[in-house]
Amino acid sequence: MSVAAAITEEKTSPAQATAGRFGAYGGRYVPETLMAALEELEVAYAAAQADPAFHAELNGLLHTYAGRPTALYYAKRLSETLGGAKIYLKREDLLHTGAHKINNALGQGLLAKRMGKQRIIAETGAGQHGVATATVCALLGLDCVIYMGQEDMQRQEPNVYRMRLLGAEVRGVTGGSATLKDAINEAMRDWVTNVRSTYYVLGSALGSHPYPTMVRNFHRVISIEARQQILEAEGKLPDAIIACVGGGSNAIGAFYEFLPDTSVELIGVEAGGRGTGLGEHAARFQKIGGGTPGVLQGTYSYVLQNDAGQISSTHSVSAGLDYASVGPEHAMLHDSGRASYVSCSDDAALKAVVTLSRTEGIIPALESAHAVAEAIRIAPTRSQTDIIMVNLSGRGDKDMGILARELDLKGASDVS
Amino acid sequence: MAIKFEKKPGIVAYLTTGDPDLNTTRDIALAAIDNGADVIELGVPFSDPLADGPVIQRASERAVARGVRLTDVLVVAKQIREARPNAGLVLFSYLNPVVRIGIEPLCREAADAGIDGILLTDMIVEEADEYLEALRANQLAPIFLAAPTSPDRRLKAIAEASLATGKPGFVYAISRVGITGTQTQVADDAEDLVTRLRQFTKLPIAVGFGISNSIHVAAVGKFAEAAVIGSAIVSLIEKTPPEEAATVVGRFIYKLRDGAGPSQQSGIRAAYR
Repeated sequence: MSVAAAITEEKTSPAQATAGRFGAYGGRYVPETLMAALEELEVAYAAAQADPAFHAELNGLLHTYAGRPTALYYAKRLSETLGGAKIYLKREDLLHTGAHKINNALGQGLLAKRMGKQRIIAETGAGQHGVATATVCALLGLDCVIYMGQEDMQRQEPNVYRMRLLGAEVRGVTGGSATLKDAINEAMRDWVTNVRSTYYVLGSALGSHPYPTMVRNFHRVISIEARQQILEAEGKLPDAIIACVGGGSNAIGAFYEFLPDTSVELIGVEAGGRGTGLGEHAARFQKIGGGTPGVLQGTYSYVLQNDAGQISSTHSVSAGLDYASVGPEHAMLHDSGRASYVSCSDDAALKAVVTLSRTEGIIPALESAHAVAEAIRIAPTRSQTDIIMVNLSGRGDKDMGILARELDLKGASDVS
Repeated sequence: MAIKFEKKPGIVAYLTTGDPDLNTTRDIALAAIDNGADVIELGVPFSDPLADGPVIQRASERAVARGVRLTDVLVVAKQIREARPNAGLVLFSYLNPVVRIGIEPLCREAADAGIDGILLTDMIVEEADEYLEALRANQLAPIFLAAPTSPDRRLKAIAEASLATGKPGFVYAISRVGITGTQTQVADDAEDLVTRLRQFTKLPIAVGFGISNSIHVAAVGKFAEAAVIGSAIVSLIEKTPPEEAATVVGRFIYKLRDGAGPSQQSGIRAAYR
């Protein structure tokens, strides 16, 4: 690990400092063919960032099309049932297409259009980013190809139909574990081949610079709204914010504006899967059997890998958290201790789906249920004046197949 | 032991190490050298080869499944070096297995094994300071990729970084945008790229990606010092029983270029038995 760190030590000369570093993490590790495209994207993004017309168009769509601002909801029955801290839910699940992913897809879609790219590609795990991208392509009149692991296509079937209905081509990926990591590999192969005409809408705060920064900035709106909303509702900041972490886009969006507020505990929840052994989970920050710093898909971050540097397979009941690496900004927040990262098992996430559904009438996505589960775990240990905010990143409609099977919803109990 | 291309065009042969097994890779490499390959690129199998097409992906997957590690590749390199002191030897890897060992220790071990240069698929010049330092300390040549999409500014930086360790290798010019794999003809992109690169370097330029037969090699020979053959060899190995692979690949390499000298591959196995 000491030598791994050697490649990413802070450069002595600022002129040589590489772009997109989060402490030691991040950077750009891609085949040379993609460098021109990443540089073009960096320049175009910086220009859009500085252009009020870009923000006006994006904010207009976020408001009238996606449904922003999203509500900050006090989950009273859940809180009272648990008998501890007050739990608030930031309702990203209420957004158009059912998850926070639309914030980023709209931003990058408008950017692609600005850059004159007519062909859009994206990867998707749970299908939420794929649906959001397909939606934005329909809205903006762009061609759309989505890469999705075969395993994920089976477990998130409704989202496959949604993408096709929206006019996207969904290409199944069979390589490796046929999940998110493999979909990203295939999207990158497409990009490297069609780099001159194609814009790659990366769906999480991952990959090479400028993606981690850009994707985070498109999701910052979550914490910008939430900070104001909680101050209005309670007159004070929350004591803790909890978000699930796959690649980490919803979490970084929910954390970002609270980073300077050191009284606010930031808690990321990774997929604990079905065990602590390598291959049984996607908990990159787990102390034993977790990840070590490495390079996967263009960025330097924590990676689940074996001692030969081969990327490990992962498991989670939620396709969106089932990934071997994590956004580089989370790696930095982890090492600095500003955020803490815990994991939640498949079973605890499934139980949290039931609990939230039956106390609040809100069915969370399995990914978001990991964050809910952590809130359920810690709320009873906190005082009733404490406030916990959960970023409810998505809704559970897409998970009905898995939930029906795992929770035995086809059982006879309702018939009697 | 040095990277040099005495005949034009030179031949760089890529092998996914450990597919079908380590000894066969060694035998294939020796046969390739004896039949006219100037440089052997020993590929380190990786679980996520995102710059590679289906042929090398499958080979990589098979080798990873057999548990082939970077340290095994160094053992094969050392055997090749001992048997063929004059051949060029390049370690070809994705970054992560190298980071896992550590860049400095890896460079030390690679030099000990008799490797001349290292190519890391996902290492760009801007990120390469410490890497270049470790290569310099161990007298290894850095081999960088140059792409048709690279603007002149980047080609200049690539040319400079390629000379940064005091040990010259070559610049690897990617013949077209895309992943590794065969194609029917050498893209026009390739000649344009080589012409642009020449403004910045006197190093040999090897053209790779999609070079699969003697017609391609001859075409590349008109404007570059060497051709890199990868997927075509790996595909041949995939289709050939392991015990015949060295002979078949040797013959294939020989046919890629006229006048490559007589095949000596009959002596290969004897050297290791």
